[in-house]
Amino acid sequence: MFSPTKQGGMPEWTQLWRSLMKGEFHSVKVVKILHQVGLPVIGMLVFVMIWHLGAQRIDTSLGVFPGPLEVAEQGQNLYAEHVAERGKEAGFYQRQEVRVAERVLVDPGYKPVLRDYTGSATFFDQILTSLATVMSGFLLASLIAVPLGIVIGLSSSMHAAINPLIQIFKPVSPLAWLPLVTMLVSAIYTSDDPMVAKSFVTSMLTVSLCSLWPTLINTSVGVTSVSQDLVNVSRVLRLGWWSHVIKIVLPSALPMIFTGLRLSLGIAWMVLIAAEMLAQNPGLGKFVWDEFQNGSSQSLGRIMVAVFAIGFIGFLLDRAMLSLQRWLVWDKQSAQR
Amino acid sequence: MKMSYTCMRSVLIKCMFFSVITMVGNASAEVGYAEKAELKIGFIKLTDMAPLAIAYEKGYFEDEGLYVTLEAQANWKVLLDRVIDGQLDGAHMLAGQPLGATIGFGTQAHIITALSMDLNGNGITVSNAVWEEMKKHVPMQDGKPVHPIKADALKPVIEKYRAEGKPFNLGMVFPVSTHNYELRYWLAAGGIHPGFYAPEKGDTSGQLQSDVLLSVTPPPQMPSTMEAGTIYGYCVGEPWNQQAVFKGIGVPVITDYEIWKDNPEKVFGVSSEWAEKNPNTHIRVVKAMIRAAQWLDENNNANRPEAVKILAKPNYVGADEEVIANSMTGTFEYEKGDTRSVPDFNVFFRRNATYPYYSDAIWYLTQMRRWGQISEAKPDSWYMDIAMKVYRPDIYAVAANELIAEGKVKRKDFPDFASETGFKPPQTEFIDGVIYDGTQPNVYLEKLTIGLKSTDQL
Repeated sequence: MFSPTKQGGMPEWTQLWRSLMKGEFHSVKVVKILHQVGLPVIGMLVFVMIWHLGAQRIDTSLGVFPGPLEVAEQGQNLYAEHVAERGKEAGFYQRQEVRVAERVLVDPGYKPVLRDYTGSATFFDQILTSLATVMSGFLLASLIAVPLGIVIGLSSSMHAAINPLIQIFKPVSPLAWLPLVTMLVSAIYTSDDPMVAKSFVTSMLTVSLCSLWPTLINTSVGVTSVSQDLVNVSRVLRLGWWSHVIKIVLPSALPMIFTGLRLSLGIAWMVLIAAEMLAQNPGLGKFVWDEFQNGSSQSLGRIMVAVFAIGFIGFLLDRAMLSLQRWLVWDKQSAQR
Repeated sequence: MKMSYTCMRSVLIKCMFFSVITMVGNASAEVGYAEKAELKIGFIKLTDMAPLAIAYEKGYFEDEGLYVTLEAQANWKVLLDRVIDGQLDGAHMLAGQPLGATIGFGTQAHIITALSMDLNGNGITVSNAVWEEMKKHVPMQDGKPVHPIKADALKPVIEKYRAEGKPFNLGMVFPVSTHNYELRYWLAAGGIHPGFYAPEKGDTSGQLQSDVLLSVTPPPQMPSTMEAGTIYGYCVGEPWNQQAVFKGIGVPVITDYEIWKDNPEKVFGVSSEWAEKNPNTHIRVVKAMIRAAQWLDENNNANRPEAVKILAKPNYVGADEEVIANSMTGTFEYEKGDTRSVPDFNVFFRRNATYPYYSDAIWYLTQMRRWGQISEAKPDSWYMDIAMKVYRPDIYAVAANELIAEGKVKRKDFPDFASETGFKPPQTEFIDGVIYDGTQPNVYLEKLTIGLKSTDQL
């Protein structure tokens, strides 16, 4: 779950760039440049080479395994399809306007309604759907896990009561929750004109159920390990429960809470792809499964594009959480962990 | 003959009833605006979903004021369940599905159909290893196998596998699917027992007393399941037979056209509750799909290459163009390199392919009885009643008449609705030569060698 450039991190990168931009070449050591820029580039190149050479040797029943070039080509195709679909969408709305205008002329009682575009979701639409789902699921999980974690951390009796439940539910795979959540949602969430689709609710709840545990555990541990000195200070000042939590507990537990949140977000993203694949809910997971089902000679290349997109987005999500942590936490060093 | 008279009368009455309704509803006797403009229609990734894709892409749905979203479904069970619980307004269904659901085999729900989507379009494929064995028993001419290949050639292979203690597994797509009945028909015609169902005893595996084990696999997964060695062969729609040839993992041995010439394949199914709530919408969907079917068969299949391009898109069938093109443009590749012309492999419009014939419905019911899915003997009148409950040529006639009045189709391409009984004349073109007369289902059952007879019970 931790960022791959553990020691380097953003600050050194940015420093390096700043010095370069200012023209302070003397302060930039050649060795450092090689280390910071050269090694990752070399790593990438070696990976691409091995992939390129290896892929040619693997013959699947869907043709040769896609190499870097085929994948890049499929990436362009997916973008072209996205643009084409947007063009079709514009045509759809134009035709609809004409049709509605005609109907209003002959049928005065008719209240015109603009119908949404009915075309298929492109790769980029699926990315947006997945992002929206994962963020809502993660937010819901955090809203439950952080307060609950604080309560558990503060009270040893609560901890004793709830801990067994956490230990049992934590290792449950999303695939086991999914059928239950699906049936629950279709039983409870019924309305003729739902605000959001059932499939969205199902994916979101599954994501929440699986991603809530790391935040919950880390929060409670963070709260338990608040320094005894600080707790004593709070006692001396006779702070109320609420002020104690806000002024003492939260600031010192924040690094641990964020470690939990980062773990949770990582899990949420992985769980979502699996849930979408299994439940055929819109999103990147469905995209991968649909392509697999199509079994065309381009399918594997397109799945590979999705794999990179999933990885890259997961990385960005983690980075985003890290920046948020840096911004919020007083102990700037802790963000390096 | 008495039966066909009753049936004809009922069609007439329903037709009159509908025209009265529409006249009251609208002064110009046109079908009124759709009650529900935004529809979600499900399909399975098979080339015979083409009428839906064409009606969408060519704007026929929009011409009817319908805004349709087409959505691929994971398998036939999911598709049927979603039509029943209302998540889908309608779907591309196996002809047996509305019948099976209505009589309560599997899931119980009243599903109706007013449109047949196509004729033929399936094939039976076996793995390379099985084909090597089977080929020894197939008659040859000029170094090529003589088609149609009968299951007689498969029988020794199955016996060999069984002697070695290996169960012979075959895949089909759904218990009430055309594929299940076609595969069973072909096997039984070659003296191989495909197994009985006994739902009254809670046995719905369909493997009682069988020589082979038939099991369910979703169509797009057929080639990979066979590649993995779980099944030795399968019966499925296109493009999944041609896919096996292109992947080099199997050999199609027969098309369903050769098992029963011009057999009915998919239908457009909706729940009867939905149809009652949205009569105009239903008629309009049927109208759009009749136009799409006409487009697909127009000028001797002239539009098929364009249809192939549309179907190859990832959101429809998504297989490679050349794989889809093989069968859609009238050829079929059996063994690699052995490409033969099968112009009627997919029929969407000509020969009244879209008309929902009662006799087609009754054939499926006879097969359900033959293999024990219907556990008790039923009188001929029962077969009639179910067919009339599920198949709705009355709705079809309203839609077709509308299109004729609008000048979008020609009257000569449709049956004469006033005199059509819904029964095709006795059909002779089955692989085993047994004649099927839809007005006498019980007599037909007696003629089939393997299978339950009228009074048999498991």
